[in-house]
Amino acid sequence: MADIRVAYRHAPAPQFDDLVQQREAAALGMWVFLVTEVMLFGGLFTVYTVYRWLHHPAFVEGSRHMALVAGAVNTAVLIASSFTMAQAVQRAQRGLRRGLLGFLASTALLGVVFLGLKAYEYWSHYAEGLVPGALWTYAGQHSGPLQAFFFLYFAMTGLHAVHLTVGIGLVTGLIVLARRRRFTAAYHTPVEVIGLYWHLIDVIWVFLFPLFYLIG
Amino acid sequence: MADRVIPTRTNLMVLIGLLALTLATTLIARVDLGAWHLPVALAIAAAKTLLITLYFMHLRWSPGLLGLMALGAVLWLAILLGGSMDDYATRVWLLPLGR
Amino acid sequence: MIVATVALERPHEETYLSVGTTARSWLLTTDHKRIGILYMVSITLMFLVGGVAATFMRITLLSPGGGVVAMETYNKLFTIHGVIMVWFFLIPSIPSVLGNFVLPMMLGARDVAFPRLNLASWYIFVAGSLFLLWTVVTGGVDTGWTFYTPYSTQYATSHVVSTTLGVFIVGFSSILTGLNFIVTTHRMRAPGLTWFRLPLFVWSLYATSLILVLATPVLGITLILVTLERWLGIGIFDPALGGDPLLFQHLFWFYSHPAVYIMILPGMGVISELIPTFSRKRLFGYTFVAGASIAIAVLGFLVWGHHMFTAGMSTHAALVFSMLSYLVAIPSAIKVFNWTATLYRGAVSFETPMLYAIGFIGLFTTGGMTGLFLASLAVDVHVTDTYFVIAHFHYIMVGGMVTAYMGGLHYWWPKISGRMYPENLGRLAAMTIFLGFNLTFFPQYILGYLGMPRRYAGYPPEFHVLNVLSTAGASILAVGYALPLAYLLWSLRYGERASANPWGGTTLEWTTSSPPPEHNFAHTPIVTHGPYDYVRGPQGDQRG
Repeated sequence: MADIRVAYRHAPAPQFDDLVQQREAAALGMWVFLVTEVMLFGGLFTVYTVYRWLHHPAFVEGSRHMALVAGAVNTAVLIASSFTMAQAVQRAQRGLRRGLLGFLASTALLGVVFLGLKAYEYWSHYAEGLVPGALWTYAGQHSGPLQAFFFLYFAMTGLHAVHLTVGIGLVTGLIVLARRRRFTAAYHTPVEVIGLYWHLIDVIWVFLFPLFYLIG
Repeated sequence: MADRVIPTRTNLMVLIGLLALTLATTLIARVDLGAWHLPVALAIAAAKTLLITLYFMHLRWSPGLLGLMALGAVLWLAILLGGSMDDYATRVWLLPLGR
Repeated sequence: MIVATVALERPHEETYLSVGTTARSWLLTTDHKRIGILYMVSITLMFLVGGVAATFMRITLLSPGGGVVAMETYNKLFTIHGVIMVWFFLIPSIPSVLGNFVLPMMLGARDVAFPRLNLASWYIFVAGSLFLLWTVVTGGVDTGWTFYTPYSTQYATSHVVSTTLGVFIVGFSSILTGLNFIVTTHRMRAPGLTWFRLPLFVWSLYATSLILVLATPVLGITLILVTLERWLGIGIFDPALGGDPLLFQHLFWFYSHPAVYIMILPGMGVISELIPTFSRKRLFGYTFVAGASIAIAVLGFLVWGHHMFTAGMSTHAALVFSMLSYLVAIPSAIKVFNWTATLYRGAVSFETPMLYAIGFIGLFTTGGMTGLFLASLAVDVHVTDTYFVIAHFHYIMVGGMVTAYMGGLHYWWPKISGRMYPENLGRLAAMTIFLGFNLTFFPQYILGYLGMPRRYAGYPPEFHVLNVLSTAGASILAVGYALPLAYLLWSLRYGERASANPWGGTTLEWTTSSPPPEHNFAHTPIVTHGPYDYVRGPQGDQRG
């Protein structure tokens, strides 16, 4: 019975000729999707660039309100999660189910830690009256462009957090599938492909960190 | 994307490199670099991105097509940024006579 | 139901249409051919809604004082006409209908790379359409299809958000289609089918897909920003906060200019199939046409500022964008020269698809040349936001793309349905459309040049005659479009049964039955030469 399940899993989907074609198509498809993600965030990076150019002092001021330690720690957390994800892929390639499960779980956990720290940061900004719009009570210098800075901060890190949450969901899905022995050394494409997505989330944060936390 | 298995040692070295660069960019921010802050920060971010894409994302051992796509994404972002900034950076150039 | 089944299939031959006849077999299909038909139905419905809006607009413009509808209503009409025609008709039309049906077959494949994503893209399209239809029935939106700030973000009281969300949703449909086509073209070509043996329709769909995946996400984020500004009152484009309304325009046009190439490249691809087939001659300059498709896609990303010449952009940027806009005309011109050279000394016949193809060449070229007028800063200052611009883009999008869609629809109709349409009615419709189209839109060039602004519900009395001519043309055009709707549906039941290759085409889809079997080919074809080879015949060796 187990042999039939394994054999079935090794059959490519009907539109493909073999597993190699299927895996290559999946990888290419994910990379194309990642390109669309770069362009999606790219729109926001453009708004950021223009407003930083137009209102540099407000951006310097804004950066001073960021919790540098939280940001740096979060950067390290996400980098570590990319490491665990890369290791998960490696274990999958080697057919090592327990290692795969361990590294997937670590990846998801580190993602959750990131979100937790982010939530703490968001809450402290709210407490300081730095949430743009109706909740804005900060009355210091550069109030207009400073709101723009914080709008961009919440929009960009918020969009990033949404993507990270989706990623955590996907990794959790991988854990469920791995526990059911769905992945072998011969077939583990979802792990590879979701890994690529996870690493892009890391890359985006790699740029968000200096752009918001390290201005001047 | 290769079938190639990346050894733990390689992944560990990339991890250490990324953490080191993170530390570097955080510390450098405290030094007064004037106008160089942004280029330096972006250069470090770019270096980290290269490490992640080439090693963690296996781009180094993947078909050239995937690398081309990654490059394409960067290029297209540059087009969007460049075209928009051309407008903002040159608003005071070539004004009509008398202004 | 049973009668319909018998009418559609030959005895003992299972086709993609006969394998399942329940609603479930259609709504849960992963067959690219059925998904193409699902899209065909959806976009036709949306075309009718957008067309009704245009009808009311042209009726209003019959008299200088307007009056048929209130001015506020007129604003909603041109907005909904633009939004629907751009995102819910033109952009999906050829790629999602004809491309979905034909692309895998042209590659010798059984399906696209990701069939379930393909079905998902249709459902996403439907979801976005529902948002738009809700907008229409609950009072409409009046910002223009361009959603310029600050009107859209701060002052409009119409249903902006349901519209921006609808467009945002349908953007994912575009992205998934483009993604699917790119992966399919790279990874699922039959043995022997190298890039330079691909039909040019594939090249143009590939170029279109590049634009779909690179441009659409920027539109997505821009619409989200507009939506957030309306919901949260935070003006990212608001000067009071140090923002710039022009930044919206940069982001919007970075997508929307390449979008117009999404709305012409597939059409050019269809023409590149029709001209060789109905001249029985290989396409002149294949490599140049393939390269021109990619060049159009790339260069199309460098010219968006030409929509903003009078909006307050810097002079320097305006100059750069103007120069680049001249450049992007070159690959289009190359294609026109190559199609024309193909006709020369060909054995030309004038079946319905060919009538559309020849119409395309004339109308697209006219529209394209007026694009060059607009690329000139000095001219644009005078004719921007006038009917000159409207005539320009309708010549390309309707005279070009819709004409090509009609041509492709007729060309592949035998393959899709297994039936021939009535040829005489086909020719009549094509000529009616050509006549009606020119009568509608040529006066608009003159009106624009004389200064009639766009998006106005009335005009000075001296423009009366030209407006009446335009509306008369529109009614003829409507008849022209209604005819195929009627006789194509008629042909499903009563049309003459089609052979595998009624036109003598040489691309792979013509080597299989009409309609095709579910998995397209009995055996994966092996390709030994390029397309349009009227000496050696079709590309595929079926012995594979």
